Amino acid sequence: MMRHIDALWVYAVLFVAFLYGPVMLLPLFSVNDGNFATFPLRGFTLRHYASMWDNGAMMSALANSTRIAIIVAVTSTALAISAALAITRYRLPGAAPIVGFMMLPLVIPSIVISVALLVIIIRFLGIPLSLWTVTAGHILICLPFSLSVLMARMEGFDPSLEEASRDLGCSAWKTFWRVTFPLAMPGVISSLLLGFIISFDEFVIAFFLTGTESTLPVFLFSQLRFPNKLPGTLALGSLILVGSTLLVILAEVIRRRGVQSNNPGDI
Amino acid sequence: MSYKTTAKAGPRRDLAILRKRLAGYGLLSPALILMITMLALPIMALVTLSFWTQNGFELDRSFTLANYWKMIKPSADPTVWFGIPFYLDYPVPAILMIKSLTMSLVATIAVITLAYPMAYFLAFRVTRNKAAWIILMTIPFWTSYLLRVFSWKIMLGFNGAINSGLIYVGLIDAPLEFLLYNPTAVTITLAHAWVAFAVLPIYVSLEKIDRSLLEAASDLGDSRWRRFRRITLPLSMPGTLAASLLVFIPTVGDYVTPELVGGTGGTMIGSLVQKMFMSLNNAPMGAAISITMMAVITLLVLIFLTLVGYWRMRARRA
Repeated sequence: MMRHIDALWVYAVLFVAFLYGPVMLLPLFSVNDGNFATFPLRGFTLRHYASMWDNGAMMSALANSTRIAIIVAVTSTALAISAALAITRYRLPGAAPIVGFMMLPLVIPSIVISVALLVIIIRFLGIPLSLWTVTAGHILICLPFSLSVLMARMEGFDPSLEEASRDLGCSAWKTFWRVTFPLAMPGVISSLLLGFIISFDEFVIAFFLTGTESTLPVFLFSQLRFPNKLPGTLALGSLILVGSTLLVILAEVIRRRGVQSNNPGDI
Repeated sequence: MSYKTTAKAGPRRDLAILRKRLAGYGLLSPALILMITMLALPIMALVTLSFWTQNGFELDRSFTLANYWKMIKPSADPTVWFGIPFYLDYPVPAILMIKSLTMSLVATIAVITLAYPMAYFLAFRVTRNKAAWIILMTIPFWTSYLLRVFSWKIMLGFNGAINSGLIYVGLIDAPLEFLLYNPTAVTITLAHAWVAFAVLPIYVSLEKIDRSLLEAASDLGDSRWRRFRRITLPLSMPGTLAASLLVFIPTVGDYVTPELVGGTGGTMIGSLVQKMFMSLNNAPMGAAISITMMAVITLLVLIFLTLVGYWRMRARRA
């Protein structure tokens, strides 16, 4: 492999260092025995992590975020399964512009989505802000991701398997559960995981649409203003980073395995 | 729900196609209705609100262009910003808009410059563990944006990692104050936060290039640089353009980065929108600013795409 090590390899290594370097400071300073994020390091401690458990506000924000993320992941995946089936299995006139419309949340700045939802919720519908309004906003931004993952997966396997099932006498409903759904499984799981992460980490929409209760990123943001809260913030941030990294790796591994094998026997 | 149309002659076949389409639209409708009620209607509500006005605590629902007029109303004495005179009565939105566009543009150019070699590396050099490399590029995009931006605050802060590190090793005596809370800090942070997002689209377009074209170029005597300029670069343009738009469009309206690392000097248009809706209690003005921002971004993207199309036509004729 020596002859492959050249300027481009050096660049790639530097690029990864640049990409991950700043974020690595969070876990580094979170185990540092000091109240500021400064060098030199003072020694190893886990006390910032230990004190997290006594923080009631943080724990309730964590519970809120987890609940919202689960509802969002399940709802957006369910909506996306149905829509992806319609787009990939039926030759529908107007499907392309509809898909384009559904992908719009990817290119609209989230502050515009937030204020637009805020306006219609408060001024036009008169619904009070709550964790439910946050949930609704998160479903909106997760749907394009779920849809693209599931469309890719459903285009990846042979529709003749479904036709065979129909020809052999299964109802459409039974065909879906016994053939389509198991084949789409890697896509479904990765859509669930990605939906969970997006909702769990999302800040701007939650910041605008939440009522009195906060989600974890909103709580985190409120803590960033206070220098004395820094060590706890670092510990919480590190845990969030580790948790979402693990989920992303899991989602990607499952999705890739799904894409590579089109043989239903492998799943 | 039927997965298969049986080809039968005449009206029965038409009926079967119609039923199949209805079933398809039925499956599509839950997601579509959600998108209409939660995206199209709210945007329309935002547009409607932008034509109303706020008088103290009262919302005046009569149609007016006052909010838009306020942004472009001329004034005799200019507000000078970076040497540019703005002959406007209320120049804040215009200045912040130009500032945000400039910062996003610089960040986007930096992102593409940084991401392109990495994507090239992934497409042409990595032979083993390719999936692992790609996942390595994907992780930062999915993990908390808030935390990635916050990590720059820790790096660049007055009491931050760079300052304390440099003092510790003895290179400086006092903290450098110019690191944080300025447009440069915001631009660097934006570039870092979005760079991973640009690698994948560029990588995909590089990966699609037919390797035999490259071999042919080499066989016919092109140097490596000439081969890159004449084949690799033009063929990877679609992915590169997509990546630059995917970075540029959302960063113009970013709120988190200027809020955390921008201070008073590094504010962007998103911060103004947030202020209008929250502390300044002028939602109609905030709505008008948001709509203007979207319109300006859309217009710029369209101009950009038209220019790209024009260049392509010219290149093809040459």
